[in-house]
Amino acid sequence: MLKLRFLAHKEFRHILRDPRSLAIVVVMPIMMTFLYGYAISLDVENIMIGVVDYDNTPESRQLIDHFYGSAYFSKPDASPVDGDPERILLSSEAKAVLIIRSGFARALHERSDFSLGMMVDGSDNTVAAAVQNYSSAIVSKFALDQLPVDIEIPGITISTQVLYNPDLKSSHFFVPGLVAIILMMISALLTSITIAREKETGTMEQLLTAPVTPVQIIIGKIAPYIGLALLDGILVLVFAKIIFKVPFVGSYMLLLLFGLVYVSAALSIGILISSLVKTQQVAMMSALVATLLPSVMLSGLIFAIRNMPPVLQGLAHIVPAKYFVTIIRGIMLKGAGLQTLALNGLALLALMGVLMAIAAKKFNTRID
Amino acid sequence: MSLVSVESLSKSYREIRAVDDFSFAVDQGEIYALVGPDGAGKTTIIRTLCGLINPDSGVAMIDGLDCQRKFESIKPILGYMPQVFSLYPDLTVTENLTFYGGIYGVVGEDYRTRVEYLYRFSNLKPFADRRAQALSGGMKQKLALSCALMHQPRILILDEPTTGVDPLSRRQFWEILLELKKQGVTIIVSTPYMDEVARSDRACFVFKGKKLAEGTPAALPGLFEGSLYFCDCRPTVQTLEALNQVSNVQARRFGGGIHVYLRKDVTLPDIATELTRAGFDTGGFRPIRPDLEDCFIQLMEES
Repeated sequence: MLKLRFLAHKEFRHILRDPRSLAIVVVMPIMMTFLYGYAISLDVENIMIGVVDYDNTPESRQLIDHFYGSAYFSKPDASPVDGDPERILLSSEAKAVLIIRSGFARALHERSDFSLGMMVDGSDNTVAAAVQNYSSAIVSKFALDQLPVDIEIPGITISTQVLYNPDLKSSHFFVPGLVAIILMMISALLTSITIAREKETGTMEQLLTAPVTPVQIIIGKIAPYIGLALLDGILVLVFAKIIFKVPFVGSYMLLLLFGLVYVSAALSIGILISSLVKTQQVAMMSALVATLLPSVMLSGLIFAIRNMPPVLQGLAHIVPAKYFVTIIRGIMLKGAGLQTLALNGLALLALMGVLMAIAAKKFNTRID
Repeated sequence: MSLVSVESLSKSYREIRAVDDFSFAVDQGEIYALVGPDGAGKTTIIRTLCGLINPDSGVAMIDGLDCQRKFESIKPILGYMPQVFSLYPDLTVTENLTFYGGIYGVVGEDYRTRVEYLYRFSNLKPFADRRAQALSGGMKQKLALSCALMHQPRILILDEPTTGVDPLSRRQFWEILLELKKQGVTIIVSTPYMDEVARSDRACFVFKGKKLAEGTPAALPGLFEGSLYFCDCRPTVQTLEALNQVSNVQARRFGGGIHVYLRKDVTLPDIATELTRAGFDTGGFRPIRPDLEDCFIQLMEES
């Protein structure tokens, strides 16, 4: 135990005195949070839409006000209010045109079915998808506002329902997943570098002849990184809450529990890499390729796994981040409990076990 | 029984036989030197003793324990100083000492007295807060030795501890080793320097993974066969070539002059005519006693 303390203490000193490690621990999480939170935003705001109002009633004008009143839609500068919808799409900056057929007001009062038209420029599919989602949200809200509260069946049908992230904010979606990426980076990347450094400078040779077991060396080395990884995780969560207003619905304890399992899996990858390479440079490159890329691409953080080719879908199953992204989103956004997350949790646990076993087996106490 | 024993050790790296059927034994309290040029196999032998390499065949034992299988039990009595500086360059002198104290279980009052003692002989106290990377070569080696001595090991294994260190620091370093020997520490040290061999109790010549000879520094030159002369002339390439043309003669540059080896049963008068014909004055040839280096070179060339 005492020996572990000395090993961990030494490791902390290395981190504090190595600008590179320090940058990875401190700067990277902050940078990535803002990058993913702001720059890589799938949010679409101020979409120009034109309107063709054939109904021309107070109700229809009110609906138009609802559209333009929201943050999502705005009026094109040159604003043709009637005419051929397609001509509006082609001639102006409008990405979509709302078409209100006559009879809208009457349908609203009679609570009969009515269908509004929306012509969308499909050349930008992100915008197109956003227009569909936002407009149906606005229409259904409008319909509910118009009706007395006791009436149960609104006259205008709602086709899209958005749950958990009602504003479809991509930062709500990205930032929790970012915790997964940052934990993986800190744990795997730094661990692999630190062991490779001992080999490169020859200090491993001395360490291996000292009365410490390989297990003590490994635990002493990774303990500081578990602490740092968790601190970074908390840092990102604080950013998430304060800057991006990402809700945290579920249990902190549950997240911590799964976080530890995930970090252990990541550390095992780091140790495994460092056992296979000899220099810090190679360790860093290998760790980036083995952790960052799969964690970003194959975890469902950005791209949905079910839309991937079968080979990549299969590969995603051995990416720890895939399970943790699902878990952390579940806990933060949906308040999911242990039962809901059991399957993902068990998969993560199994993956951790296998990775640890391989890492322990491959850790070399010989130097040739 | 010997404290350290190595029995027919062999180790190959791909096609290269780094150590070839190597055996030796070191007694308690001895300073044993492994001497040889770079690539002779010294480091491989030492690393095998320190449990860092698995040999292809043969056994290395320390205190009756197998270095491969029982190394954990050997660790507490062994101090090892690798060839490359292997302390943490970003930690200070004190921090390195504290760390090694910590992992060897030397803490608290024990640690404080030990560090005071180590500072006394290493003279490193004024540099206690300096980072290891900012130390001179000699100081680095003294710090590495201090770390290896933290836990008062019974056996000290040093791999070329004085390579690249200035002559004064080398001498100081050896004074420390002799002091440790007085305290009963057994020392195995590898070196490329013959003057260091002279200070050891026994030495072993290592070349191409093989043991050429073994003995006390006083006895080893006796293995030299033939006779040796010092030729007081400028050791130019031409002169050396001319001398080597003479039958039964081998000439080598030696400091400012030339050492001339005569094969066994050959005397200077036997080759005097040939030497004169080659333009040398036999009067300039002075018979000298072969030293360790002459002996080593002869053995090396015969092998």
